[in-house]
Amino acid sequence: MPLVEITDIHKSFGKVDVLKNISLTVEKGEIVSVIGRSGSGKSTLLRCINGLERVQSGRIVVDGMEVTSPATNINALRERVGMVFQSYNLFPHLTVERNVTLALKKVRRMSNDAARDIARTMVAKVGLADKLGAYPDELSGGQQQRVAIARSLAMQPTMMLFDEITSALDPELVGEVLKVLEELAREGMTMMLVTHEMNFAKNVADRVVFMHQGNVHEDGPARDTLIEPRTPELRSFLSAVLH
Amino acid sequence: MIRELGLNDIVYLLEASRWTVALALIAILAGGVLGLIVAVLRIVSFKPANWLAIGYINLIQGTPLLGQLFIFFFGLPLFGIQIGAWEAAALALSINASAFLGEIWRGSLQSVSPRQWEAGAALGLTYWQRLTSVILPQAVRISIAPTVGYLMQLVKDTSLTALIGFIELTRASQILSAATFKPLQVYGLAAIVYFVICFSLSRLSEHLEKRTHAAR
Repeated sequence: MPLVEITDIHKSFGKVDVLKNISLTVEKGEIVSVIGRSGSGKSTLLRCINGLERVQSGRIVVDGMEVTSPATNINALRERVGMVFQSYNLFPHLTVERNVTLALKKVRRMSNDAARDIARTMVAKVGLADKLGAYPDELSGGQQQRVAIARSLAMQPTMMLFDEITSALDPELVGEVLKVLEELAREGMTMMLVTHEMNFAKNVADRVVFMHQGNVHEDGPARDTLIEPRTPELRSFLSAVLH
Repeated sequence: MIRELGLNDIVYLLEASRWTVALALIAILAGGVLGLIVAVLRIVSFKPANWLAIGYINLIQGTPLLGQLFIFFFGLPLFGIQIGAWEAAALALSINASAFLGEIWRGSLQSVSPRQWEAGAALGLTYWQRLTSVILPQAVRISIAPTVGYLMQLVKDTSLTALIGFIELTRASQILSAATFKPLQVYGLAAIVYFVICFSLSRLSEHLEKRTHAAR
C-alpha cells in the first residue's frame, strides 16, 4: 500500500481552480520532486497532504489516515507528516533547543530531559550543535532552515514535505541545506519536495512530478523525465529554469 | 481659613496617591484578565463570540469613562445594589480597561504572522497549544508598548473618580487646594506624582521590550 494516496482531488480558491482532479501515489521511501511554474499548484498540493489546505473534493490518505475525512484527528496526522517551509517559520521567541523541544513536550508529552536529548541529537545532525542556545534572529537563513528541518525530524515523522525550502536562501547557503536533504535521502526518508533545484531533483530524487495549470502534466523517473521531457510544456519550463 | 502649604500636606498628597496606584493596579489586573477573554473571543473562529466581543468593545470604547463611573455609582443603587465610591471606581475602570486592553491585545495577536500558526499546526500542536505557546508569547512582545501606553492613560484616568467623591490624588489635591488656596503648587505637586508613576511605567516597558526576542 502506498504511503500517500491522492485520488481525484479538486481545490479552488474562490473562482480559481488551483488543483484539477489530481491523482498521485507516493511509495514508502520514495523521493518525489514536484516542479512547475509558480501558480501551477505545486505548493497547494503539498499543503493539502498535511491538511493545511482543505480540498473541495477527492480523497487523500496518508499512512492509513484519511486527511480529507472530517473524522480524522488532523493534529495526530501532522505529527507523522513533517513539513518545512520556504520562510523557515522558526518560533522567534524561543531558542534553537526550545524550538525543537516544544512539540515534543506539548504534543508527545515528553519530559524536559527526554525532549532535550532528542533536540541535541537532531540539531547536531544538521550540524548546529553549537547553536542550541541561540535565538533564530542570531542565525543565518541556511542555519535557520536547518533548525526547521531538525525541529520537524524530532517528531520522527513517517514522511517529510519540503515546500521550496531553499528558495529564500542566498545562493551560497543553499548547499548546506541540500546536504541535509541528501543525508535524509540516504537514510530512506520518504520525501516530497517542491523545488527549483533541478540538479537536486535530477540526482537525489527518484521521481519528478511536473505540474502545469493545476494538473499533473508529467510524472516519471527523475533523471529520464528531466533529461528527456515528453511534453513541450515541461521542455519549455526546463529551458526557462536552466538558463 | 487659609493656611500655608507644609510638609504634612505633601505627605497627605502622597498618601492619597496610594489610592491612585491601588485603583490603577486593580483596573490593570481585573481589566487585564477580562481583556484577555475579550481578545480571545474576538479572534476565535466562532462568529457569535466575535460579535459579542465587538459589541462590548464598541459600547465601552464609545462611551465616556465618566459616564460609566456615574452609571455604576448612581445607577446601581437604583436597582437596590449599594455601592461605595471605591467599588464603583474599581468596577468602572476595570471594565473600561478590559475593552481597551482587549482591543490592543487582539491587534497584537493578529499581527503575529499566520505562518507561525501554520508552523505550529505542521508540528501537530492543537489550536490551543498554538495560541498559548507560539502566538501569545510573540503577541505579548508586540503589545508591550501600546499596553503600557494605555496604562499611563489609565493612571491619569483614575483622577475622574474624584468626581464621585473617591479620595485619590486629584480629589486630595482639590481638598488641599481649597484649604491652602495655593492651586498652582498643589496641582503642580500632583502632576509631578502622576509623572513619576507614568515615567516608571515607561521605563518598565523599555526593560520588558529588551528582554524579549521577536521576529525582526
